[in-house]
Amino acid sequence: MVVHNRERFLDQLAERLNRPRRTQVDAPVYSVQPQDRVFHGATQDELVHILEEQCKVIHTDVIKTTSGELADSIRQVMDTYKVNRLVSAGGPRFDSSGLIDSYDDMRRDGYLVHVWEEEKGQENVTFAEKAGAGIVFSDITLAESGTVTLFNDRFNGRSISLLPETFIAIIPKSTLVPRMTQAARLIHEQEQKGVPVSSCVSFISGPSNSADIEMNLIVGVHGPVKAAYIVVDDL
Amino acid sequence: MSIRIGDKPYADRIKDGIGNDFMRKAVSSAQGRFRTGRLKAAEELGDWEDWRTLGEEIRHHTMENLDYYLHQLSEQVEKRGGTVFFAQDASEANAYIQEVARKKQAKKVVKSKSMVTEEIGLNKALEESGCEVVESDLGEWILQLDEDPPSHIVTPALHKNKAQIRETFANKKGYTQTDDPFELAAFAREQLREDFLNADIGITGCNFAVAESGTATLVTNEGNARMVSTLPDTQITVMGMERIVPTWEELEVLVSLLTRAAVGQKLTSYITSLTGTRLDNEVDGPEDFHLVIVDNGRSKIIGTEFQSALHCIRCAACINACPVYRHVGGHSYGSIYPGPIGAVLTPLLDGYEDHKELPYASTLCAACTEACPVKIPLHEHLIRHREIIVEQEHMTTKSEEILMKGFAKWASTPAAYQLSTKMARTALSPWTKGGHIEKGPGPLKGWTAERDFPAPAKKSFRKWYQERQKRRED
Repeated sequence: MVVHNRERFLDQLAERLNRPRRTQVDAPVYSVQPQDRVFHGATQDELVHILEEQCKVIHTDVIKTTSGELADSIRQVMDTYKVNRLVSAGGPRFDSSGLIDSYDDMRRDGYLVHVWEEEKGQENVTFAEKAGAGIVFSDITLAESGTVTLFNDRFNGRSISLLPETFIAIIPKSTLVPRMTQAARLIHEQEQKGVPVSSCVSFISGPSNSADIEMNLIVGVHGPVKAAYIVVDDL
Repeated sequence: MSIRIGDKPYADRIKDGIGNDFMRKAVSSAQGRFRTGRLKAAEELGDWEDWRTLGEEIRHHTMENLDYYLHQLSEQVEKRGGTVFFAQDASEANAYIQEVARKKQAKKVVKSKSMVTEEIGLNKALEESGCEVVESDLGEWILQLDEDPPSHIVTPALHKNKAQIRETFANKKGYTQTDDPFELAAFAREQLREDFLNADIGITGCNFAVAESGTATLVTNEGNARMVSTLPDTQITVMGMERIVPTWEELEVLVSLLTRAAVGQKLTSYITSLTGTRLDNEVDGPEDFHLVIVDNGRSKIIGTEFQSALHCIRCAACINACPVYRHVGGHSYGSIYPGPIGAVLTPLLDGYEDHKELPYASTLCAACTEACPVKIPLHEHLIRHREIIVEQEHMTTKSEEILMKGFAKWASTPAAYQLSTKMARTALSPWTKGGHIEKGPGPLKGWTAERDFPAPAKKSFRKWYQERQKRRED
């Protein structure tokens, strides 16, 4: 891995800025910080309400449930959207919430469920392409914009939330924060501690859309056409 | 394609624009919707002026330390397995990307929307080296099939109607359904899905790079940029060198400003932050990642009075507020960057010679400056451009020069001024009909070609005022 032509390029910039190259810059202090005031002090329940309201704007269904009923809620969503093939992220949260076990029950009832695993390689993507729905856990949920934040990794491939026609996100209530400010700050703090950010961070707010044809809003273009959030009260 | 589009002279482009009724209706309706969306989003957020101030401060700080942050960015990208190429100009950038494609023996390249790749003419360069290039943004795909340049930086096919789009799809891709936008979009989804799955290389632009982590962030709605950065094994991201922020904290602020100022959304459907290659244990995402950082005239703006033009975050709020754009449309500017920011930026990037009219495509009403989420003083830049065009570049015509000198002399000589205002009505009487002039002589011709000119009043203002004062005193 290489960096080409850097010194010439940056030397020229410094010259234009009429000073020597800078090798140290103090973190800037800005005169205002309006981002911290948005929904400051809101409770988790208030954030759920804000999320629900925003989801009406972004064409996303919200289902509220508890951890005990999560598996049933997922089935309900799949039935509502008439989906039979499901690609699911894997990893500790799917194990500890019992969902991996519940997938066996679903398979017995005729659903096709594929759990994303590194060892399965390209097969994961091939299944996702044919799946009717993809399901993931939200890592951080932004109430203001109705956004689920995904730190994509070996358990949560990028394709799961992208290729199927329906996108399902499980949102533990505890993952709700007011807005993108808090998610960005967390990533920034991790970077400063030397914990590198995921190769892909996806902030997803509802289904894909476009207004490219005569400014008509078209919901569902290249990414998912439908989106549902399952908010879990006690997680 | 490069920054300049077409060979038609400015006056002809304007004539085409003004004569295009569909485009003008589409633009005025779009401007209305964009404006309402922006104002509503700003109001919901609250403290909008503080947000704008913060946006401006972030952009200013970043530009002042651009060498430092670009260095940090390149170090981080390298650390995360990526290759970085600093390109002085379009030809260097294109040559590098052609070389990557050649080494990969790439046949098909799929792209997400990127203004900088339009600016450097990347598609043409790749096609010349034997690659099929597919634009995957819905608007860009329509334009690519129709070989038409973009007319807006956010909704590039704003000037086309659904009947035209249906026809394009039918002629170029064998489309047989109606002109219902949903059916048109579903057709694009189906057609382009194959391209995403088969492409050898994915090319994206970059809304904001984050220096601290070596991340390129894409702000999109359709999901095509995610496809482009998920499915092909090789990803090339091309960014203008100014499209960078120091840390994630600044990223968040600028994204919040961008989505609101552009389309009135709190966030777009997808904000995708990509760092280097996929990890060894990951299945999708690129195994080979290249970041191309493009200067192409930008460094000439650094350190000048126009530096804040580089603060632009490409939201198009100024375009959506501009009364001139409303009437002439995007293609009239003859640049891939239209509207007020285009009129400021294009002459800086590509010289005054081909773009000397653009700073005059403004009423100087300052709606652009007011709309800008990072407070670029756009109309002041336009005035300064005009000064430079006249005083330093001497690009005005000889007749205009003589006329303006004459005007200055006349207007600063009270006796001459008074005499001519007295005589104007009589002098213009052969052209006056019922209080206005429809076809004026000499310098009035340009004005009356488009609209009537009011005939000089019977009485001069000074005379009227004197009489009024007198009446009052009596």
